[in-house]
Amino acid sequence: MALSGIEIFKMLPRTNCGDCGVPTCLAFAMNLAGGKAELAACPHVSEEAKEKLVDMAAPPMRTVAIGTGEREVKIGGETVLFRHEKRFENPSAIAVLISDTMDQGEVDERLKKLEELTYDRVGVTLRADMVALRADSGDASKFKALVEHVTEKSEVALLLCAADAGVLEAGASVCAERKPLLYAATAENVDEVAELALKHKCPVAAKGKNLDETAELAKKLTAAGLKDIVLDSGVRSMHEALRDQVGIRRAALVAKIKELGYPTIVIPSEMTDDPAHEALMASVFMAKYASILVLSDLEPAHLFPLLVGRLNIYTDPQRPLATTEGIYPLGNPDESSPVMVTSNFSLTYFVLSGEIENSRVPSWLLVKDTEGLSVLTAWAGGKFSGDLIGLFVKKCGIAEKVNHRKLIIPGYLAPESGALEDELPDWQIIIGPREAANVPAFLKRWPFE
Amino acid sequence: MGVEIPKTSYSGAIRQISFGSANKVTMGGANSFPFHVFEGEMPNPPRIAMEVYDHPPEDWPEAALAPFKDVVDDPVKWAGKCIEEYGAEIICLQLKGLDPNGKDDPVEDAVATASRVAEAVEVPLIVWGCGNDEKDAEALKAICEACEGRGLMVGPVTENNYSRVGAAAIAYQHVVAAMTPIDINLAKQLNILLGNLGVPDDRIVIDPNSAALGYGIEYTYSVMERIRMAALLQEDERLAFPIICNMAREVWKVKEVGIPQQEDPKLGDPEERGIMMEAMTASLLLNAGADLLIMRHPEAIKRTRKLISDMMG
Repeated sequence: MALSGIEIFKMLPRTNCGDCGVPTCLAFAMNLAGGKAELAACPHVSEEAKEKLVDMAAPPMRTVAIGTGEREVKIGGETVLFRHEKRFENPSAIAVLISDTMDQGEVDERLKKLEELTYDRVGVTLRADMVALRADSGDASKFKALVEHVTEKSEVALLLCAADAGVLEAGASVCAERKPLLYAATAENVDEVAELALKHKCPVAAKGKNLDETAELAKKLTAAGLKDIVLDSGVRSMHEALRDQVGIRRAALVAKIKELGYPTIVIPSEMTDDPAHEALMASVFMAKYASILVLSDLEPAHLFPLLVGRLNIYTDPQRPLATTEGIYPLGNPDESSPVMVTSNFSLTYFVLSGEIENSRVPSWLLVKDTEGLSVLTAWAGGKFSGDLIGLFVKKCGIAEKVNHRKLIIPGYLAPESGALEDELPDWQIIIGPREAANVPAFLKRWPFE
Repeated sequence: MGVEIPKTSYSGAIRQISFGSANKVTMGGANSFPFHVFEGEMPNPPRIAMEVYDHPPEDWPEAALAPFKDVVDDPVKWAGKCIEEYGAEIICLQLKGLDPNGKDDPVEDAVATASRVAEAVEVPLIVWGCGNDEKDAEALKAICEACEGRGLMVGPVTENNYSRVGAAAIAYQHVVAAMTPIDINLAKQLNILLGNLGVPDDRIVIDPNSAALGYGIEYTYSVMERIRMAALLQEDERLAFPIICNMAREVWKVKEVGIPQQEDPKLGDPEERGIMMEAMTASLLLNAGADLLIMRHPEAIKRTRKLISDMMG
């Protein structure tokens, strides 16, 4: 259970020496209670107090790393239940299933899809993150051969799935240095799997028949000396899984129940045979607390929306995404195409560029750096005034790309048109619509003779 | 011994709102977060309205148009197909043609269209304006009068036209959808204004202004979560209304929804992609607190219904 600042204070030396960086022990205790300081900052605290306070020093949900190098995947480490309270830290890792009963062509096809299906959006590359290698054959040598084949062909982070500890060992023994997640320790095999995870220094999943049993297993794994644990509550129906995901997140963050202070895994592919329904379920668990999602396959028309949704939900609400300043050609514009200017709030860019493309009028869109603020906010903050826009239009080089001198500004910037005309005497300033939705109709009137 | 999962103690509940005439539909009533049925009640699972337009759509991707190709020139036939073939339990008539920046239909035309649809279908009807406050005020006011007794929901009602549309909704007993631009304080403010005007509390729903997947859905998502938390945990009774999301029109204009497969094979089949973009937008909005979704593609709707039923358990 969480301790209050006063309870912690009682266990500190109470000398107010200031060695921890804050002037008093009470202030330090308050910072500890609020998660704003670490106990290690105090050089004088007694061993006894350290033991009592060790729970305080640990974050409520552990961050677990799976895989190595560039393709390492970090999961967990979450600090809130709702993204607006701070932000979600580590996006749900998406894993695609490969079974040891699939023929090599199918295996290679899946690996190829994993590598090829990448999407660039707002300067971020979106892709699936892991493969889940599952021992369905029951044959240890077959599973081992699959693991060897995949590790040789791909650098991707691995999830090894086998119910039998011997089969799991066969797989782990040939890829341990890649730090795969071992899935899973169950009531039947927990001792052997714990030993395996210790020996190979791999993260390990605890999978009970329900949340209670899962917590028990996590406790056993911890007692065995393991720290990197992932939880599978075992249920395979949508509403129960949702209940458990909410339950685990609350248990970790609100009640600080240690054995549930770990990232989670959800397997929608074991909840339905319908790939479309599976993808929809995945979208729910992506927002509602799954750290790993295992999908039965990578269907581009399902993967793309899921990855975009993940990008949206895991965006830091306090730091709006910004688009890089510059000239954006939309729909192959030429020297007679219209020129519009806007702010670099990425949502503004998305919506506006989408509407311009909808209009089917090829256009030049000038995106000015407004520190990620929208048109109105940037204007109110003095970052989108006529003189600044004028300077940007001059230096961005659009004048060499077009043979006309007509500049369309957002409707909300109408008050700046005078200042812009002074700054850009060669240009005719045209006031565009206030809302992006009205841009297509507006552009159809180009060139405004 | 089992672990004790902390339960959230909710002190508020969402109001139940009904609309319709011969057929009524009831929304809201939840006293816990969306689909948290393990610790609360969700007496009315979220509903889906199917949209029909006053004019044949000009800018829809083929995938969205295909199911309605034979009926797009007549909103009455279109609504009929939605009900008979796709099992629509609510129809939303989108009066896009009113837009002064578009077709600029005379108000009388919009009233005639709305009246025709209202007479032809028995299911509850939502009538949605074009987003131009002035034009909508005139049209929605006239539609409220023309459809007296039909128990419509009309929207979007905004800060700039709430008194005119609100007064008509009071007089002719319709429900209003109060739209504000993705902001909890503005949403609350508009609900207070509607209350002061005399709109009864059982005739208001919140439209937080829905964005689509990839186009700012995270803003809508978080504002909806905050609205729900204020209503359920802080008993903010001016926010304890059902939430409506007019989402399909946003989804189907997302850039990646309209891209043909040959232009970018990595995006997959455009029909399946569009359907999934719509269904996933629905999935996220539902989990943020939507009580009523306005949707387009029959397959996206079918999948969303199944998801809702699975989440309810």
